[in-house]
Amino acid sequence: MNDIVRDRDAMSNIIILNVRRAIAYLVLAILTFAALFPFYTMIINSTRKHTEIQSGFSFFPGSWADFYRNFMNAINDPTIPIMTGMVNSLIIAVAAAFLCVYFSAFTAYGIHVYDFKIKKFCFTFILIIMMVPTQVSAPGFLNLITRMGLMDTFWPLILPAIAAPVTFFFMKQYMEASLPLEIVEAARIDGCNEFKTFNRIVMPILKPAIAVQAIFSFVANWNNYFMPALILETANKKTLPVLIAMIRSADFLTFDNGKLYVFIMLSILPVIVVYLILSKFIIRGVTLGAVKG
Amino acid sequence: MAAPITKRKSISYTNWGYFFIAPFFIIYAIFAFIPLLSTFWYSLCDYYRVGVADWTGPKFIGLDNFKVILDFSQTYNLLVYFKNTVIIWLVGFVPQIIVSLLLASWFTDLRLKLKATGFFKVVIYLPNVIMAASISMLFFAFFDDLGPVNSMLKEAGMITEAYKFFNNVTATRSIIASINFLMWFGNTTILLMAAIMGVDTSVYESAQIDGANPAQTFWKITIPLIRPLLVYVLVTSLIGGIQMFDIPSIITNNIGTPNRTAMTVMMELNAYAGNKDYGRAAAVAVVLFAVSASLSLLVFWLGRDKDAIKVRKEMAKRKKGAGLL
Repeated sequence: MNDIVRDRDAMSNIIILNVRRAIAYLVLAILTFAALFPFYTMIINSTRKHTEIQSGFSFFPGSWADFYRNFMNAINDPTIPIMTGMVNSLIIAVAAAFLCVYFSAFTAYGIHVYDFKIKKFCFTFILIIMMVPTQVSAPGFLNLITRMGLMDTFWPLILPAIAAPVTFFFMKQYMEASLPLEIVEAARIDGCNEFKTFNRIVMPILKPAIAVQAIFSFVANWNNYFMPALILETANKKTLPVLIAMIRSADFLTFDNGKLYVFIMLSILPVIVVYLILSKFIIRGVTLGAVKG
Repeated sequence: MAAPITKRKSISYTNWGYFFIAPFFIIYAIFAFIPLLSTFWYSLCDYYRVGVADWTGPKFIGLDNFKVILDFSQTYNLLVYFKNTVIIWLVGFVPQIIVSLLLASWFTDLRLKLKATGFFKVVIYLPNVIMAASISMLFFAFFDDLGPVNSMLKEAGMITEAYKFFNNVTATRSIIASINFLMWFGNTTILLMAAIMGVDTSVYESAQIDGANPAQTFWKITIPLIRPLLVYVLVTSLIGGIQMFDIPSIITNNIGTPNRTAMTVMMELNAYAGNKDYGRAAAVAVVLFAVSASLSLLVFWLGRDKDAIKVRKEMAKRKKGAGLL
């Protein structure tokens, strides 16, 4: 009697489990569709003529010839220099990412290894400024760089990356977990000076953390829109997001839609490629630095 | 770990600490701290450009800038933009946290054993790395009068005339909120997953032995144990939400159409800064600073561990009682 009851319970458990599993896969399928469909449509529409796009939606691509024509129209557009924009974005994002990770590790090393007087105060200070949204100092920042003569240059978009509280915090945590002070000590005994120790010995140990943070910093700077929009004025100096905004403020009704989708594609494709290659790294990185308890 | 070693050696090396932290603090002082202080100062000043290159101010005028931006007798004031921002944020955040909790608990469910979770994680995180400006432009094109959404609706026979999404308040706000949702639900899911996986599996195993069903496990074990992370997600999302700019700016061409119902606080700040009215822009920035600072304090206060506090209070009371005796 008991056995029958137990069997029936087991059966119903399995059924419930399978139903739950089915629901989970269904929801995941819908979300996957939602996440990918916009980009699918973008790719499809970049291969179709303006008139075709406006006359209706299609699940299937147009032709290579149309894609080629749209592509050539996009990269040769005189008012929206997308290729220059890409180079500009690349310069800024690479330089900012490099400065950001190097100096965050640099600062974290200073706080982690040395017991100087105001160390506690410095650490707390950085934790507090982590909460301050950077954009709230925009008016003062703009005024400052105007006076410095740095308006319409890349410097104000690159140099502030040296002081990145969030990346600093991540590096500090990473060092606590995986940088034994004995290594520093050993380097000292071998006669290595502190600066050299940091570059030659500590940096290689931090490689995994540096890789993750470099990617995040690169992506953040590549996608940054608020500050570049206020700082870059000349068309040839503008970065991709600012150029995309220019498309939006152009007369949309007469704008060649085929070209439009190529523009958008060019602005996001590099990041998608990087992401797909390094996705495992990136997803692991999301949780690494973000929180601790 | 190696404390005694550093302590002994620290005598001769401590000053290197200043060398290592110097670049950070110098750059922070120049490009963030001084601008922050001057922003506070400009908020109390008349300071704007006249014509092409002439500037008025900075001339101290007290709280006049705040009186103008917070003039509630006007149809459009900063409070309206705060309301817009919070509404759009909430419409995106509520489904985001629900979906993320659901996905995170499914991905980590020991019995469910979903396949291809790696693939799903890659897909749901993808929109987060993509340029907000581009996704917004993409969605603007989709919901255009002649865009794919309207043509699909027409083909399905649901409409005959193109529906003007961007003339409708709810539609515009929902589109902005959907983009926010799409960009952030993957990120939140991954954070919550890490939190759930941090919970000792034996807790779940004993719950299972005690006959707890999945819903009970979720509400009685998972939620209370990951509360610190939920608070973190809420804080960061709220602070990010208050600063919402890229998406509504691109969708509405920076004017918050229709009738400024999609105008956010950052867009107002951007508009003043773009017009070189640094006084007003600074006033908006100061209000934004005050609001985000107090919000983060409030949420942290709400999310504190109430049980631990109760225990501490109880202990203090007992101590006092003992002292009196």
